[in-house]
Amino acid sequence: MELKVGDYKTEVHNDWCSACGDFGIVNAIQMALCEMQIPRHRAAIFSGIGCSGKTSHFVNVFGVHTLHGRVLTFAQGAKLANPDMEIIAVGGDGDGLGIGAGHFVAAGRRNLDLTYIIFNNGVYGLTKGQASPTLKLGEKTKSLPTPNINYNVNPIGLAIASGFTFVARGYAYDVRYLKDLIVAAVRHKGLAFLDVLQPCPTYNDINTRDWYAGQDQTDEITQKPRPRIYKLEDTDYDPVVHYDEESELNEKLTQALIKSLEWDTKIPTGIFYKNEIISQYDRRIMDKIPNYLENPPACQCISASGRPTTDLSKILDSLSV
Amino acid sequence: MTLASNEISWLIGGPQGSGVESAANIFSRACATLGYQIFGKREYYSNIKGEHSYFVVRVSDKTIRSNINQVNLMVAFDAETVFRHYSEVIKGGTIICDLDLFDAKLDEVRTIDAPFRARLLDQLNKDSIIVQDVLDLAKQNGVRLCPISFRSVLSSVADQLKMPHLKGMIRLFNVLGVSFSLGIMKMPSQSLLESIDATFAKKQSVAELNKNAASYAYNYAAAKFDDFPRLLKPTSKNPQTILVQGHQGTALGKMACGCRFQSYYPITPASDESVFLESNEILDVKENRPGSTLVIQTEDEISAMGMMIGSALTGTRSSTSTSGPGFSLMAEALGWAGINEVPIVITLYQRSGPSTGLPTRHGQDDLLFAIHAGHGEFPKIVYASGDVEESFYDTGRCFNYADEFQLPVIHMMDKFLTSSVVTCKKFDVDKITISRGKLLEKIDGKYKRFAFTEDNISPRSKLGLEGGIFWNTGDESDEEGHITEDPEVRIKKMDKRNSKLSVVLQKIPQDEQAVSFGSLDTCVISWGSPKGPILDALEMLKEEKIEVGFIQVKLLHPFPADRVKSLLKGVKILVDIEANQTGQLGQLLKQHVCEPDYYVLKYTGRPMTSTEIYESLKKITEKKAQKRQVLRHGA
Ligand SMILES: Cc1ncc(C[n+]2csc(CCOP(=O)(O)OP(=O)(O)O)c2C)c(N)n1
Ligand code: SF4
Ligand SMILES: [Mg+2]
Repeated sequence: MELKVGDYKTEVHNDWCSACGDFGIVNAIQMALCEMQIPRHRAAIFSGIGCSGKTSHFVNVFGVHTLHGRVLTFAQGAKLANPDMEIIAVGGDGDGLGIGAGHFVAAGRRNLDLTYIIFNNGVYGLTKGQASPTLKLGEKTKSLPTPNINYNVNPIGLAIASGFTFVARGYAYDVRYLKDLIVAAVRHKGLAFLDVLQPCPTYNDINTRDWYAGQDQTDEITQKPRPRIYKLEDTDYDPVVHYDEESELNEKLTQALIKSLEWDTKIPTGIFYKNEIISQYDRRIMDKIPNYLENPPACQCISASGRPTTDLSKILDSLSV
Repeated sequence: MTLASNEISWLIGGPQGSGVESAANIFSRACATLGYQIFGKREYYSNIKGEHSYFVVRVSDKTIRSNINQVNLMVAFDAETVFRHYSEVIKGGTIICDLDLFDAKLDEVRTIDAPFRARLLDQLNKDSIIVQDVLDLAKQNGVRLCPISFRSVLSSVADQLKMPHLKGMIRLFNVLGVSFSLGIMKMPSQSLLESIDATFAKKQSVAELNKNAASYAYNYAAAKFDDFPRLLKPTSKNPQTILVQGHQGTALGKMACGCRFQSYYPITPASDESVFLESNEILDVKENRPGSTLVIQTEDEISAMGMMIGSALTGTRSSTSTSGPGFSLMAEALGWAGINEVPIVITLYQRSGPSTGLPTRHGQDDLLFAIHAGHGEFPKIVYASGDVEESFYDTGRCFNYADEFQLPVIHMMDKFLTSSVVTCKKFDVDKITISRGKLLEKIDGKYKRFAFTEDNISPRSKLGLEGGIFWNTGDESDEEGHITEDPEVRIKKMDKRNSKLSVVLQKIPQDEQAVSFGSLDTCVISWGSPKGPILDALEMLKEEKIEVGFIQVKLLHPFPADRVKSLLKGVKILVDIEANQTGQLGQLLKQHVCEPDYYVLKYTGRPMTSTEIYESLKKITEKKAQKRQVLRHGA
């Protein structure tokens, strides 16, 4: 029976502020799951702590709301033990790029087949608006007592440098396109990262809906506001690493890095980088454990009538004297 | 104090990284294959190359569970070993010493630190000393010296094999030392050669070279010191014996009981276990395709903990192994596992803290920390093993507890256990039972992960199970797992979780909670690795007709107060023995049962010997002891 978008929604009361960008993201996740028709019991949303962390309670699949900064660790453990699960990890920019930055980098090096979405609102929403790692140097959002004196993290650049093999950016108010990006990320074979620009109307009075729409800048020809957000796919940008050669890889990595620096007047969305040539983590495991995917930890038979089925006789014999 | 008739206590020392460990393994295995019991311990600095490391191996035809203070055969091919250990060699004992060291000056041994140097000079009442000085002193004390030039023996081996480059291979000094020892003792040389083969099983050419050197050295020493008495009489062999290293007990326990996921971050002395698991990652399974343990080295212990929990949510038996500093980082997620009722097992190989402390040394510092780790109130089990053999079976128990009660279990081990090499009865996999508690394989009807039940344990679904969708959160939650801040639900959920502790005390059998080795007028109480030295000390006392009892507490949290009270009935003098400064079990006893009358504590970072415990208990029985005795033996 075909699943509808509604089947992926829970009835849990949603307490996000009205017009919060998070609504767009959770809708896009539900729509993407529906489009891919992933059986509910085969999908899990892992989330961090923050306003964004509540997402897992609103999606009607397995939901694991973890700890501040640690979402990727829980998500990877589950995926490793049961590679059959479709896992989407979500969390705030503080969660993933502040307290959890070490896990972000380490996850990139592994390249497990899962998707990680950061809700990038420039602030620590749930703790009342402190600066997040993506807030630019010198900016002062409304609840900061003084301007931010830290340089910002570049999430796209960091993901590329860490080894994520699918790196993209979406915008929370363009739900349909975000849904497409989530589908592409989930279908990607390897670790996918999605940086989602998420207005926080309550605490971020700089990167607002109007700001992204370019209300403050005029197009010289049309004399209308010139939106900041544009899609890479509408340009001749090609994010895909097509063949296994250093020159090709370097070209795609550098172009993505350079693109990731575009910000003030024009902000690219879409896929920055995609590389399916780099081996997935499960393949690397299979080099050591050939039947890993066919008999992963979660599926192994460990006992028969309450007794171990593991046969240790070879090892024990080697220890015998 | 002398040694028992048919036993030896052998010491070999040398710079870290020079092969002392493989030498000790060769020696231990050679003796073990002849049917002797082995108890060996390794001591080393937090250093890779150069600092002093040593191995003491006790060999006997009786059951032994500990080291003793005395050494009766020592091999020294570096000056530091002589300076540090000469005084441990007892009257009638022997020192095999490299002739080329005799003139070495104490001041020139860079790795000897100032406090030790000062103490030694003070003892000898001199301004400077050389190796010859301390050897003379040993000789005066009735120790026999067997001087051998290691270099010239190596040179003869090189000539014999026509391999001149061997002359400079001082790495071979280790195997020479072992071979001299066995040659002097006239132990059958065949066992030496077989042991070398087993030790270098994967390196055929290294094995051959070592065997050649060993044969030569063995014959050389046997001929040169042919008047030497035979120290060990032949003994019979028990076919069901294995020679294991401390970390292999929990590792093999994990394989046997079906732990299929282990995440870890490297730390001494815990990582040996993970490395062993990974080296044996593919598992034979009866009448089935091979299984495997997925071992993941993570970016830190926080991640090790997160991954283990994520894996456990899929229904996989999952574990991590760490030591104090790593466990400190795990505390937050431990509470998450507690509130979400996730079964996990943390093997906590304690070492001496606080902070980095004595990173390669022993200690039982973390009992109260383990019990209280994590903010907020949530149930967990803390369980301790007393020796390597026990640790195999206890690992199986810990996973059952985790599954049955759906909570985190902290399995307490320590540096003493992990770096000992012991003979014991072959592990019997069939003695392990596997109970997954209320883990579901199929869901009927509407499912609620935290449904209230009579015993407060809810049927458990797993990620991927059809119809079994659940939510987890570190927030307080309702029966489905969604966030709630309702005061009444809060009471019900808190009560549900925490009342599992009384279920634990009801359901875990009494003899798994605490073990009695006789509760007598004077009774020792302890937990973890002091068990071996205590039991050996009690036997020594028994030979003098002094009877002392012993209670080993294994379940430390929730504290089995009723069981301990019943075991302590009639006890008049209670002696708490543990390897920490503050007497942590003693504090628990004070809280739950009664305050111990005496404390015997050790916190030098070195493991207890049976000799020390024997002496302190003797003082207690003679009423000559202070309330608190601090043990100090060991370099
Ligand atoms: C270890 C720890 N430190 C601090 C906090 C407090 N805390 C809760 S949410 C949060 C920041 C949330 O910001 P972000 O990750 O950007 O998520 P957002 O609310 O913006 O979605 C912090 C610091 C915590 N929960 N845990
Ligand atoms: S504080 Fe910001 S991020 Fe949090 S719910 Fe409100 S609008 Fe959304
Ligand atoms: Mg944020």
